[in-house]
Amino acid sequence: MSQATLRVEKISGHAGAVPGEGTQRQYTVAKLIDTTSCIGCKACEVACVEWNDMPFSPTEFNNTYQTMPDTRWNYWNLILFNEHEREDGSLMWLMRKNQCMHCAEPGCLEACPSDGAIVQYTNGIVDFQQDRCIGCGYCITGCPFNIPKFNKETKRVYKCTLCADRVSQGLEPACIKSCPTGCLHFGSKDDMRLLAERRADQLRTHRGFPNAGVYDPPGVGGTGVIYVLHDAKQPEIYGGLPRDPRVPLSVKLWKGPLKWLGNIAMVGGVIGLFVHYLRYGPKEREMELKEPHKGAEP
Amino acid sequence: MSDHPAQVLPYGRVLRYPFSERANHWIAALSYVYLLLSGLAFWSPWLFWIALILGGGQISRALHPWVGLIFTYAVMRMYLYWAPQMHATEVDRQWWRSLAHYVRNEDDQMPPAGRYNAGQKALFWSFFYATSVLLLTGVALWFSEWIPWNLRWLRYISVFLHPVAALFTIANFLIHIYMSVFAERGAFGSVIRGDVSLEFAKRYHPGWYEEIVRESAARRK
Repeated sequence: MSQATLRVEKISGHAGAVPGEGTQRQYTVAKLIDTTSCIGCKACEVACVEWNDMPFSPTEFNNTYQTMPDTRWNYWNLILFNEHEREDGSLMWLMRKNQCMHCAEPGCLEACPSDGAIVQYTNGIVDFQQDRCIGCGYCITGCPFNIPKFNKETKRVYKCTLCADRVSQGLEPACIKSCPTGCLHFGSKDDMRLLAERRADQLRTHRGFPNAGVYDPPGVGGTGVIYVLHDAKQPEIYGGLPRDPRVPLSVKLWKGPLKWLGNIAMVGGVIGLFVHYLRYGPKEREMELKEPHKGAEP
Repeated sequence: MSDHPAQVLPYGRVLRYPFSERANHWIAALSYVYLLLSGLAFWSPWLFWIALILGGGQISRALHPWVGLIFTYAVMRMYLYWAPQMHATEVDRQWWRSLAHYVRNEDDQMPPAGRYNAGQKALFWSFFYATSVLLLTGVALWFSEWIPWNLRWLRYISVFLHPVAALFTIANFLIHIYMSVFAERGAFGSVIRGDVSLEFAKRYHPGWYEEIVRESAARRK
């Protein structure tokens, strides 16, 4: 969903300069999800489907309150329900709103070969432009959070837009608007970081969660969606939130050193063969000079 | 090569590739060129314009894997045709040691190559193994959305090995084109009309030439 009022900071598969880079005074936006005050009501799931006009998506029961096992191409926002037994034997019921994390250094964008199919706006939102998507699925490989989802009919990939259309008009994302407990916040990344740290401190000092903390993984340059967790030392217990998410090493190697080595090798190879021809010429030349072409009888 | 009787033609020419092998070669060649061009479009943003010439990014993405299957089919046919003739021999090891002479076109100082010289054999095996890697990793990339999250390492390996294997074939492809079109006059004709002159056989494949002479002498008796 291209937003004319949002300038583009990074473009996938793009040769040359990025038109929007540094042209706009924009603060980085962020969504704060306080998992400790989420009640799992799923109002945000409904708001997401409503605002983005997505069709009815069949639910799938897997012995939890979870709507379905995983996000879908037309279901971008899903509360993950997990039961966790603590060391003292007490039970914790963890609810985590799962959606695109809007990484500052997005692996999807890095892996994408199609010019402009994935963009990052100057406010930090990472957005897919389906009209330019070629359906290769490299973004699925590049994402450390398992977020981009492929539609087999349209052969395009979809994910949460952080309601770029709403944000560009000065509104908060639909999920934020619908949250009844105030566990969702939206604002500048700096403000959200501050709010999150205050809440984590409150949990540590007054609520008996000594390991409470903020999830804003530095491996992907920080994220545009940050969590407050009861136990920031074990993010995995929240439905497999990766401890140290990074763009896969193979994607980094492929888009970095391999690209340079490959380009040098290909250009060098063509030049080398041409120089060889100039220096030594075709093999048959001196044979032509030595013995004139004559038909030999076998 | 008993399964490949040299067929001596009039006017001092000898059949090197029968029609089936020539046709198969061009199935491989044309499909490879398409794979190369569309693959390069996905390789670098600076080359994405190639995809636009080939009908757009979506069409290139959709056709690349199918053409890849055609190419794989042709390479497997080549394996059936030629693999028995591609085993390394003692002459091949000598050939590699004399590579510098070959590069400087001092062919009279090369050990006598058979029907295929050691470089051609290396090209054959390079393409055979690279195509196997490209097929396996290509299938993983073709259906990447079907690979479950806990098997994502398959995607990680494939996304790296596919271009590595492709680059390896490009190196071989460049040398193959150079040798057959520019360096050895007569080689290109052999894969169009199928025959080469006896001088060509004598010069580039002395071992093969000896065989031809022996066989035709035996036939004359």
